[in-house]
Amino acid sequence: MAAHMALPLTGKQSAQVPLGDRIFVLGGKLFLLLLLGVAVLMPLLAIFWRGFSAEGGQGGGWVAARELVTSDNFHWLVGNSLNVSLSVAAIVVPLAYLFAYALQRTLIPGKRIWRGLSLLPLMAPSMLPGIALVYLFGNQGVLRGLVADNIYGFWGIVLGEAIYTFPHALMILLSALSLADARLFDAASSMGASPFKAFRSITWPGTRQAVFAAFCLVFTLTITDFGVPVVVGGDYQVLALEAYKAVVGQQQFGRGALIGMVLLLPALFSFGVDAWLRRQHGDAMSGRAQVFKPLSSKGRDGCYLAIVLLICAALLLVFGMAVYSSLVKFWPYNLSLSLNHYQFSDTAGGGWLAYRNSVTMALCTALIGSAVIFTGAYLMEKTNGQKRLNLALRMLSFVPMAVPGLVLGLGYVFFFNLPGNPLHVFYGTMTLLVVCTIAHYLTTAHMTATTALRQLDSEFEAAALSLKAPLYRHYWRVTLPICLPALLDIVRYLFVSAMTTVSAAIFLYSPDTILAAVAVLNMDDAGNVGGAAAMSTLILFTSAGVSLLLAWASRGVLRRSQAWRQGAPAQ
Amino acid sequence: MNSTNTATLTQPGVPMRVRNVSKRFGAFKALDNVSLEVAAGELVCLLGPSGCGKTTLLRCIAGLERQDDGHLYLGDRDVSELAPQARDYGILFQSYALFPNLTVEANIAYGLAGRNRDGARKRVVQMLELVGLTDSEKKFPGQLSGGQQQRVALARALAPAPSLLLLDEPMSALDARVREHLCTHLRQLQRSLGITTLMVTHNQDEAMLMADRIAVMNNGKVEQYATPQDIYDKPATPFVAEFVGQGNWLPFQRNSDSHAQVGGLSIRLAADAGRAASGRLFCRPEAISVNPVLHQENLFAARVREITFLGNRCRMRFELNQLPGHALTAEVGTHELPRLGAQDIFVALPPSSLQVFA
Repeated sequence: MAAHMALPLTGKQSAQVPLGDRIFVLGGKLFLLLLLGVAVLMPLLAIFWRGFSAEGGQGGGWVAARELVTSDNFHWLVGNSLNVSLSVAAIVVPLAYLFAYALQRTLIPGKRIWRGLSLLPLMAPSMLPGIALVYLFGNQGVLRGLVADNIYGFWGIVLGEAIYTFPHALMILLSALSLADARLFDAASSMGASPFKAFRSITWPGTRQAVFAAFCLVFTLTITDFGVPVVVGGDYQVLALEAYKAVVGQQQFGRGALIGMVLLLPALFSFGVDAWLRRQHGDAMSGRAQVFKPLSSKGRDGCYLAIVLLICAALLLVFGMAVYSSLVKFWPYNLSLSLNHYQFSDTAGGGWLAYRNSVTMALCTALIGSAVIFTGAYLMEKTNGQKRLNLALRMLSFVPMAVPGLVLGLGYVFFFNLPGNPLHVFYGTMTLLVVCTIAHYLTTAHMTATTALRQLDSEFEAAALSLKAPLYRHYWRVTLPICLPALLDIVRYLFVSAMTTVSAAIFLYSPDTILAAVAVLNMDDAGNVGGAAAMSTLILFTSAGVSLLLAWASRGVLRRSQAWRQGAPAQ
Repeated sequence: MNSTNTATLTQPGVPMRVRNVSKRFGAFKALDNVSLEVAAGELVCLLGPSGCGKTTLLRCIAGLERQDDGHLYLGDRDVSELAPQARDYGILFQSYALFPNLTVEANIAYGLAGRNRDGARKRVVQMLELVGLTDSEKKFPGQLSGGQQQRVALARALAPAPSLLLLDEPMSALDARVREHLCTHLRQLQRSLGITTLMVTHNQDEAMLMADRIAVMNNGKVEQYATPQDIYDKPATPFVAEFVGQGNWLPFQRNSDSHAQVGGLSIRLAADAGRAASGRLFCRPEAISVNPVLHQENLFAARVREITFLGNRCRMRFELNQLPGHALTAEVGTHELPRLGAQDIFVALPPSSLQVFA
């Protein structure tokens, strides 16, 4: 039986990497490079080109720039934007910190419910809190009596943005507070430190960088958002709105580009400082850290439960109001319920077409985006050839994080409308909307993928190669199944982001490709607040529904693979 | 295992040659003009401290790193520029790198994709028998003990019948208790398969236990390449002497062809001790005889400082009376202790056990 068992080597070995793998690795990387170049780098460069080119009637160029930054109107806008953004950050970050602390470091009941509720603002476009505020505190609002003046203006924007940005800050703080080394707390209490002292000397130093990051994120999101100001801003104008109006309303591309560049500054600044802090900070947790388990304390848990309940109640009030108002026949005169607003009959907003477009766009973004981003992250992490290409890809993958959607959208307008750009044919198409949305949300998805991939044994690929298995087969058979939960997480993130985004898409749609979130903006603009509420509600339920579905699928995946995930050796 | 069976499980062993291989990482010279020949069917250990370049050499041979310079031959093929898939070797990693989502069976069959279903199936069964894991084929790696995981990884590496087996610190993830047993097992398996094997380790006991020859590496160079016995008895460089086993060092000046001056002592050297005018003498602890019954050369008075009990033997720290402040170590059998008696002793340093390093 012996002879045929021995494995004869097949004739001549190819000197190089097998063709399939060369296409997979090099082709994949070059495709990603092309995507990042066309979808991120070129539009960004186009903004600078547009801002500084003094073409007539566009409001760009050096002279216009000088005029712009020295005008009183600009100072007023900048002042307003700064006021709003700083106020929102100052309100949201402490609240999110308390909320995150309650979820991670106390024993309050119902944590999963509170966590789910806190994510509601992610599921709807930023206009929804604004619309709800109008129904609550506007001229005909149900709680109009509680406030001295109507809601339009500074406080309207601050409240709306606070709700919109809350989950973003919360997610950063939740992950920072999830890491705690029980040994440090044991040491502190054995030395007689009070809980307050332990907080000051252990918890705070471990999380202050995250607090800074959350502050920057909230600030940047607020200063670049125009969804809330457009709904409840009234006469209180801000920069983001001005950029939107300059491009969409007045076709002043140069002026829009200049304001876009100004809006890029806070994001670039916080991105730089955050990267610098990270380098200073180093590794927060050693491998031998023991997981912190909070002790029960009735007084503490009671306090935190009260805080969490208050915040969740406020969120429920706002989102409940939006849903309720979408069902009311004719506010405030006929409060009987109907589905009239969901017919979107009297609007130019696109109605159900917009909704269908949005779902299509979100599905394409989620499926194509997660495949491209995850595969790209895999190739960057797990292949060690083409070192320069890898470095370029890594750096480009972090750019979108520092570019607000509004600025990216402006860049697309400028780049794809460049005279002679053959890619102009894509302008206004679904393809471009999908590409733009993938590019906009690429960094977060890429980081999720990278984190998951780095948890895998670094020798997996080497082992596969030694067994003469092609890399693409290994990726499909081993890497993807192991990382499926992370992949589903990316799909969910991209879907929800694509459903709710307006910032970039507002510049890129055509009548055929109008999106639901854009329709919300247009209906609100046209005075059809009921329709806007109805469309927001549709987006909210679609996003939440898909999120729950994917969470359920992810649980199923985990349960089915429990046999091997349970005892899998820690790497 | 049955050697008539296993001999057919792999291809006949082929020799492996490393010629003048160099590799830099930035300013750091990981490999400095390394050459090494491994005979067909031989098991060679690369032994050295961390950072000596042993792992880099293994990764170059595996094609996971590309050498800056030099050539690698497997049999008569020059594999220097080949992709890992084209080199024909199996590798066992420190972490085993078993694919956690695949069963033991699927892990072993991973490298058999080119075969027909029956052939692959037969081969998997054969491999499971070889490593003694026939009941575990449907289990996942996470459900096995460390030692069992190692055997699965070995079966996976051997399944495609490679002409070279690479072992990267294969024992370091295991309990000390099972290590020696698994070393012996791995060695028997390797010998019966006759597969050319290169193993990286920082653990000299493993190297001694398993290797036909050991290449001791330091600073990206091979310091000595010899059998375990030669490495221990005739270390070629001070580094090898120090790295492998215990030893005593005595600084000396040569005062004649046959004698060296160490402090106030004149020590007789063996005839083949070399001509160095000064340097250090090296002597293994067990070569020193304490209170010898018969008269011996180089017999000196000494004083015991400390005795450490090690079970079957004792480690004795002492100072020569003529060389105070310079502690030396001897090893004596525990049963000899009563005979040694007082603190004042005589020790003999046999000339044949004294090695001279310039």
